Amino acid sequence: MSSVKDNVTALPLHPEKSTLEGKNKFLGFWFFLGGETVLFGTLFATFVALRHQTSGGPAAEDIFGMPLTFLSTIILLTSSLTSVFAIMAMRDNSLGRMQLWFWITVILGLAFLGLEITEFTEYMHEDLGYTTSAFSSAFYTLVGFHGCHVLFGVVWISTLMIQSFKKGITTVTAPKYYVASLYWHFIDVVWVFIFTVVYLLGILGG
Amino acid sequence: MSVNAHSLSQPKQNSGFFSWLWEWLSTVDHKKIAILYLFGGGLFFLIGGIEAMLIRIQLAVPENTFLVGHNYNEVITMHGTTMIFLAAMPFIFALMNAVIPLQIGARDVAFPFVNALGFWLFFMGGIILNLSWFLGGAPAGGWTAYAPLSSEFLGNGMDFYVLGLQVAGAGTLMGAINFLVTIVNMRAPGMTFMRLPLFTWTVFITAVLILFAFPALTVGLFLIFFDRLFDANFFNEANGGNSIIWEHIFWIFGHPEVYILILPAFGVISEVIATFSKKRLFGYSSMVFATILIGFLAFMVWVHHMFTVGLGPSANTIFAIATMAIAVPTGIKIFNWIFTLWGGQITFNTANLYAVGFIPTFVMGGVTGVMLAVPTADFQYHDSYFVVAHFHYVIVGGLIFGLFSGFYYWWPKMFGRHLNETLGKINFWLFFIGFHLTFFFQHFLGLMGMPRRYFTYLKGEGFDAFNMVSTIGAFLMFFAVIVMLINIAYSAVKGEKAKGDAWEQGRTLEWSIASPPPEYNFAQTPLVKGIDAFWKEKMDGKDKMTAAEPVGDIHMPSSSIVPFLMSISLTIASLGFIFSAHDGVRKPALFVAGAGVVLFFLCMLARSIKDDPGFHIHKEEVIETEKGVR
Ligand SMILES: [Cu+2]
Repeated sequence: MSSVKDNVTALPLHPEKSTLEGKNKFLGFWFFLGGETVLFGTLFATFVALRHQTSGGPAAEDIFGMPLTFLSTIILLTSSLTSVFAIMAMRDNSLGRMQLWFWITVILGLAFLGLEITEFTEYMHEDLGYTTSAFSSAFYTLVGFHGCHVLFGVVWISTLMIQSFKKGITTVTAPKYYVASLYWHFIDVVWVFIFTVVYLLGILGG
Repeated sequence: MSVNAHSLSQPKQNSGFFSWLWEWLSTVDHKKIAILYLFGGGLFFLIGGIEAMLIRIQLAVPENTFLVGHNYNEVITMHGTTMIFLAAMPFIFALMNAVIPLQIGARDVAFPFVNALGFWLFFMGGIILNLSWFLGGAPAGGWTAYAPLSSEFLGNGMDFYVLGLQVAGAGTLMGAINFLVTIVNMRAPGMTFMRLPLFTWTVFITAVLILFAFPALTVGLFLIFFDRLFDANFFNEANGGNSIIWEHIFWIFGHPEVYILILPAFGVISEVIATFSKKRLFGYSSMVFATILIGFLAFMVWVHHMFTVGLGPSANTIFAIATMAIAVPTGIKIFNWIFTLWGGQITFNTANLYAVGFIPTFVMGGVTGVMLAVPTADFQYHDSYFVVAHFHYVIVGGLIFGLFSGFYYWWPKMFGRHLNETLGKINFWLFFIGFHLTFFFQHFLGLMGMPRRYFTYLKGEGFDAFNMVSTIGAFLMFFAVIVMLINIAYSAVKGEKAKGDAWEQGRTLEWSIASPPPEYNFAQTPLVKGIDAFWKEKMDGKDKMTAAEPVGDIHMPSSSIVPFLMSISLTIASLGFIFSAHDGVRKPALFVAGAGVVLFFLCMLARSIKDDPGFHIHKEEVIETEKGVR
């Protein structure tokens, strides 16, 4: 860890925004999330338009179960909190603590993905295949898109954390950590909407 | 081999074809990427132009059999798709790359790597789309690709459409984010938002529109993709799907797209008219305001493409009113250009001819636009040649006039040599007259009832004469483009060398540095003191900008082949997906697709692991380079 100690001396208060490159990355990522919002917005709109088109297959209220999705929600919300802790640790220039919290975030993300896979397999057994109905296609596409985002986030944060052993917290790496946590918050927020629009409304049958 | 300090700081210099190729494949310099966009877009522009000629030859006489049925559908689909996505968009990005960093006084864009990636994705997307000609047939569902026609009833060609546009669209989106950040973060000291040249402003709003419009297209293409390749039911009515969703998604993207195209043209016209009237742009703030308003309204009007779908009178009325409202900010712009010309010392060179020719032409396209915005009347115009005439007036008469004006205007800045004015004027008049001959009479054909997208018409319906005139006009435009190509070749060999202030009345920062600019653009970041920063300095009796910093070492990003490799991996993935539609090879094709995607992410990983330290151009070198200019 000796290479890391060299950086301990002078890290600015907000290392993620202290260089022009960092500022660019920060702003560019916000714009990217703006585009992602439209992406998910379009998927949501499509889902809402097709959510009652079950075409004789299972409907939302027949198959969605509260306990599992509620657990998923809790897990993902918690992971958002742990990524906040990681960024606080980064600002304190505490590499070990940042790594710890990010690794916890990754594990929670993996747990979420595990639950999602369990859930999807269960639905498959209840005859809700991808090609069953317009509702099933829209459901799997929307939730699957989100799942892919989670998977990408898990891989991304993991690779950053592996690199962090060598690179530490610097004005070059800090923007990367920060942006990754921003991404993680974003997919968390999207999940809150999925939980509400897809699952809660689905179970209520509204 | 001895290594001295000098060779450490500079990338190695080799000669020969492969190092030339390598340089272009791996460049991250925005000025070179501009040239790549220009020639990449130019290639597809020629292909799309040849397709246009094939259409006009078929329609020249009634009951012609030159190009009929499915082949005709392929050609019109590819003409529209190519011209919008593979010619107009890259031309705009060419000007953005060539001009924006210079206009805001920046040494580079915010993300040089992403910039290169954006270009290569666009280019490979275009290649994927055009490969369809050789691999089983081009898409034939029109550039709008309405479902379920596109998702169920057309062959493999649609897969090329879906994946080609997906790849090219991703590139466009990245380019937009890059320019948004560049304009927000990289402006020179003193370059406040309300001092930005109008071209920069319009590009800024265009980039915002791309950011919020293209993801909708991305999703729409994914839905068709899943319907086609994985039997999803989004547009399959038999299993509860709804094909109107595609129309909504496509036009939520599609309408902003036409403003994405036209706003930069507005910007070019504003620059060219001000420069060649030797006057400050009239009503600068109202121009900015109008641009923002047009950008905002762009998202509120998509249903005017769907008046005949039957969404009901309330929906149609709301969208009709919103559409008509756009005429107000657009009108503001037209008047501002006219007032800029008013009383100016006008130079009618080719750039300005295109700009001045733009004004009446675009107004005509705008007027038919307002006519089309009336839902009751639209039932008559819908899917007729009136619509074809309208959108060619705004896209060719608007955007292409603007782009050609911009090419003539900034050509000396990009290449260091002027285009020839005589050839330029021949080019303009051929194009201008040819354009109006081609499209003006199509208004009447439409009103007389000739439907668009039909490959022929019968004798004795009264369509013969106008169609013949239209075809003759198309040939004039074709010759005009050939003259332009000759002009480009002539300029490369014998063109007059351009000074830094190539037109001697440049107003904005790009004219304050050499033509073409050195790799680092500005030896010293300029200090901006007002609108038309360079003009202001010249009025104060200086011949260059006041510097905001002393001369020093300049940091530059290293070139990288990774953007090219990333685009290649997505091309492999796309071709895999396309071939997975053939039953016999589904599994291996999907495996290839997966491999392409994995390769793409590995490239991303490599980029993430290896930080780019860049290199420095030393102070002495900068001083040496600067001596040579002016
Ligand atoms: Cu429109």
